[in-house]
Amino acid sequence: MRLSGRGVRCVRGGREIFAGLDFAAASGEALAVTGANGSGKTSLLRMIAGLLAVTGGSITLEGSETELTLAEQAHYLGHRDPLKPALSVMENLAFWRDFLGGEPFDANESLAAVGLDHASRLPAAYLSAGQRRRLSVARLLAVRRPVWLLDEPTSALDAAAQSLFTALMADHLARGGLIIAATHMPLGVAARELRIGGAT
Amino acid sequence: MSALAALIRRDIRIALRVGGGALIGVLFFLTVVVLMPFAVGPDLALLTRLGPAVLWLGALLASLLTLDRLFMADHEDGSLDLIVMGRTPLELACAAKALAHWLAAGVPLIIATPVLGLLLNLDATSTSAVALTLMAGTPALTFTGMIGAALAVTLHRGGLLLAVLVLPLSIPVLIFGVAASQAAISGLSFGAPFSILCALSLFSLVVGPFAAAASLRHGLD
Repeated sequence: MRLSGRGVRCVRGGREIFAGLDFAAASGEALAVTGANGSGKTSLLRMIAGLLAVTGGSITLEGSETELTLAEQAHYLGHRDPLKPALSVMENLAFWRDFLGGEPFDANESLAAVGLDHASRLPAAYLSAGQRRRLSVARLLAVRRPVWLLDEPTSALDAAAQSLFTALMADHLARGGLIIAATHMPLGVAARELRIGGAT
Repeated sequence: MSALAALIRRDIRIALRVGGGALIGVLFFLTVVVLMPFAVGPDLALLTRLGPAVLWLGALLASLLTLDRLFMADHEDGSLDLIVMGRTPLELACAAKALAHWLAAGVPLIIATPVLGLLLNLDATSTSAVALTLMAGTPALTFTGMIGAALAVTLHRGGLLLAVLVLPLSIPVLIFGVAASQAAISGLSFGAPFSILCALSLFSLVVGPFAAAASLRHGLD
């Protein structure tokens, strides 16, 4: 499986953010998207996820075994944690596992993998920012999807959780997954760098 | 199918838990109807005549009250992004959300109608006529209101815009809902207005999800 973009152009609010961006990542590879604030890292990830119209160029996924679109095979871990405060930790996770579609995995084990199994019955309203993030990460494990689009994945995570997340990413890559992450910090796994906004 | 069932289950759970919208709608409905006799005065004949219209108006406003959060809450915490990325067509997901909203917020209004009918001096026939027309008509309110809720997300303006957009669309539902109730009470032809009311519901059931999904797709950023 190979994800590639050719001449990708991004326009937001009438202003060109970046243009002529080429990138490619194959199975088992990670791509670290770097650049200053406002250089379009999040916009690029949202374009790949199909949440933002591609204003120029093309983004394609080749060698996929199924007929699913790129968005349907991708996990998007954005800035916000899509959790409902009124539901328990387990209910939140189980909903996304059932709704998203993909190869399902045991929700309890996913929670244990991010160290939240002790809190599975707690309403999500009581979670700290780091714990909310962990729960979002558990979503990536509860349903297997080959492409991970991560936007500042380690923000709000403590050192232990960061190393845990690094191990999860390495595991995902070893299974033939593909990671594109917007980040300011080193990812912790071997990754090629894609720098947006060459001005710096 | 299990994805849609999961979405409906989740939305109903959220609505029924503390801070959810289900109870707020019923309480608002209750408030409007309870205040009416005080405003109109103790003229029982007048109350009976106004009763179906008051109940319909109360139900319409109560269902609008909670509808603006239909997509907004999911938009604010990023859930909407993931719903768009799901393997379920967005149209079906929208329909599932509207159905969940109707089950959690619309059905309680219908259940509350017999109790509130007592306050307006309606007899059993009139009350059941109003409840029946509400049952047929409130899906139309929810499914057309959903279009407004989706547009409100897109345009980043909340409740007021929804009211302005949706109220004109709900006027036919109100007219035929009240007409069918009055016809049943006064012994006129009940079939014609009730059929049109059902047609309005079926129409919005089909058009609503497509319009809402188109609006959400267009407005993503």
